[in-house]
Amino acid sequence: MELKVIGQSEDNTAESGCSASGCGGSSDQLSHLPDHIRDKVHNHPCYSEEAHHHFARMHVAVAPACNIQCHYCNRKYDCANESRPGVVSELLTPDQAVKKVMAVAANIPQMTVLGIAGPGDPLANPERTFETFRQLTEKAPDIKLCVSTNGLSLPDQVEELCKHNIDHVTITINCVDPDVGAKIYPWIFWNNRRIKGRKGAQILIEQQQKGLKMLTDRGILVKVNSVMIPGVNDQHLEEVSKVVKEKGAFLHNVMPLIAEAEHGTFYGVMGQRGPTHDELQTLQDKCAGDMNMMRHCRQCRADAVGMLGEDRGDEFTMDKVEVMDVDYEQAMIKRADYQAEIEAKREAQKKSANETFIPLTALTTKKKETRPVLMAVATSGGGVINQHFGHAKEFLIYEASMTDVRFIGHRKVDLYCSGGDTCGDAETTLQKTIRLLEGCEAVLCSKIGYEPWEVLEESGIQPNGEHAMEPIEEAVAKVYAEMAESGQLEQQRQADQLQAGA
Amino acid sequence: MAYEIIESCVNCWACEPLCPSDAIFEARPHFKIDAKKCTECEGDHVDPQCVSICPIEGAILNPFSEPANPPGSLTGIPPERMEEVMAEIQSR
Ligand code: SF4
Ligand code: SF4
Ligand code: SF4
Repeated sequence: MELKVIGQSEDNTAESGCSASGCGGSSDQLSHLPDHIRDKVHNHPCYSEEAHHHFARMHVAVAPACNIQCHYCNRKYDCANESRPGVVSELLTPDQAVKKVMAVAANIPQMTVLGIAGPGDPLANPERTFETFRQLTEKAPDIKLCVSTNGLSLPDQVEELCKHNIDHVTITINCVDPDVGAKIYPWIFWNNRRIKGRKGAQILIEQQQKGLKMLTDRGILVKVNSVMIPGVNDQHLEEVSKVVKEKGAFLHNVMPLIAEAEHGTFYGVMGQRGPTHDELQTLQDKCAGDMNMMRHCRQCRADAVGMLGEDRGDEFTMDKVEVMDVDYEQAMIKRADYQAEIEAKREAQKKSANETFIPLTALTTKKKETRPVLMAVATSGGGVINQHFGHAKEFLIYEASMTDVRFIGHRKVDLYCSGGDTCGDAETTLQKTIRLLEGCEAVLCSKIGYEPWEVLEESGIQPNGEHAMEPIEEAVAKVYAEMAESGQLEQQRQADQLQAGA
Repeated sequence: MAYEIIESCVNCWACEPLCPSDAIFEARPHFKIDAKKCTECEGDHVDPQCVSICPIEGAILNPFSEPANPPGSLTGIPPERMEEVMAEIQSR
């Protein structure tokens, strides 16, 4: 979707702050990539910000073992590099996993990507991981395969990976300096020994970098994940971004550390805090100067099924899958049709956006600078505003400025609690949501109840249900233009306004 | 003499493929070591392999029935700190 400003006036270019990938104005984060890479990621919900509104991915938990220890992980649960901490996935054999994938693909035609992300390290379980890939390449050739790893045994597995024709690999790289690494990784298992401290971290870093290079040399796409740990590697991740870019990684995804004492992890128990929304965003912006960042990662769990941010895993537990009858030949035809339809819709959306978009500068009067604004959006997918405020499990955060609209990230309504009944009354849920939306000045949704409307307004967040079913970026741009026109954006946000609803 | 896996094992499979003596097997509620087969890795490795990769403190006992990976040795969390935090969580 193009939101390029056409007639930008000279007097505001200087300070409009083209800090992010959006410099030059395109909201398509992948615009800088060579064509062959763009083709590969076009329909990949984890890699293309725009595609993740339309396509779905799934993970299967076939890889239980791990060969390192991360301080944010408790091995009673899934690998915290790719999943939410504190979650236990149903461990599957490769045969079961293949059955499950085929059942899901037959029922969710927008499922385009199958990943193995845990519950341990996929490459520390090579037989299971590769057996699953081997069967799927043969039986479900229309599904893309990807794998994520801590990188320790990556160099040894690159040849095998190439055989299975896997074109996307995610490596979690939290540091390139062993002194930093020693504060993140207490030990690794290497050459039949447990190696602790700095020495272990150094080997891990060497292996990660070597593996990264080997993959990109062979034309395999590599995404790098980093966990942002304030006071440990937050200052260091800019350097990491630079290094992995030089080695050819095409995306760098900085995720926030999630640490709770209840998880029993080192960081959780020792009281290490995670980053604030602001700190995360600032770092993502800094790294974006160096390379293309991914901001829409939802840290999904190792057996997640569905669109990003949604988990339909309960519909596909093994006992249900065992009794499903899947005609994959038929399903493949249906899937192809369905995906072609989505493709057509995406094209249409792009076109209409180009036609209807009004340059923001045409609306803001030339003499005034308007400040950027954060807005929250409730959507259940499709790239449009189509979710009721009260039903939103997460909000997409966009930043609108005089020059463009860009996607900032996600905020989940409640990361660990699954339902409303057990976790306090409606008021506290609403209060929690308002705290979550801190820093946002508007929330765009399809509908919103009277009570939350009032409370939001009191907290200085303007609810807006006027853009239901409209493409997100377009609606955000319109609301920004309205705000600019009404003169709300000429000064800094009022401090008293911020505190009003607290 | 042999090593032994006890109930705190989380069934992560990490040890099983490493055992040079095929002594480790999947079982419920947790993995087990066949005491007759376990060689303590003598002659094959300097360190017992199961103990060297197991991520869970206390899950494997050495031939003297002591935790081969005692509390704090793998996570780096001082045991007193762990107790404190667990007591705090339970009192909530
Ligand atoms: S790589 Fe994953 S499973 Fe292994 S210790 Fe780190 S977070 Fe845990
Ligand atoms: S000590 Fe060695 S031989 Fe004994 S169970 Fe462990 S890995 Fe196997
Ligand atoms: S490595 Fe430890 S936790 Fe994992 S299966 Fe073996 S004994 Fe159990």
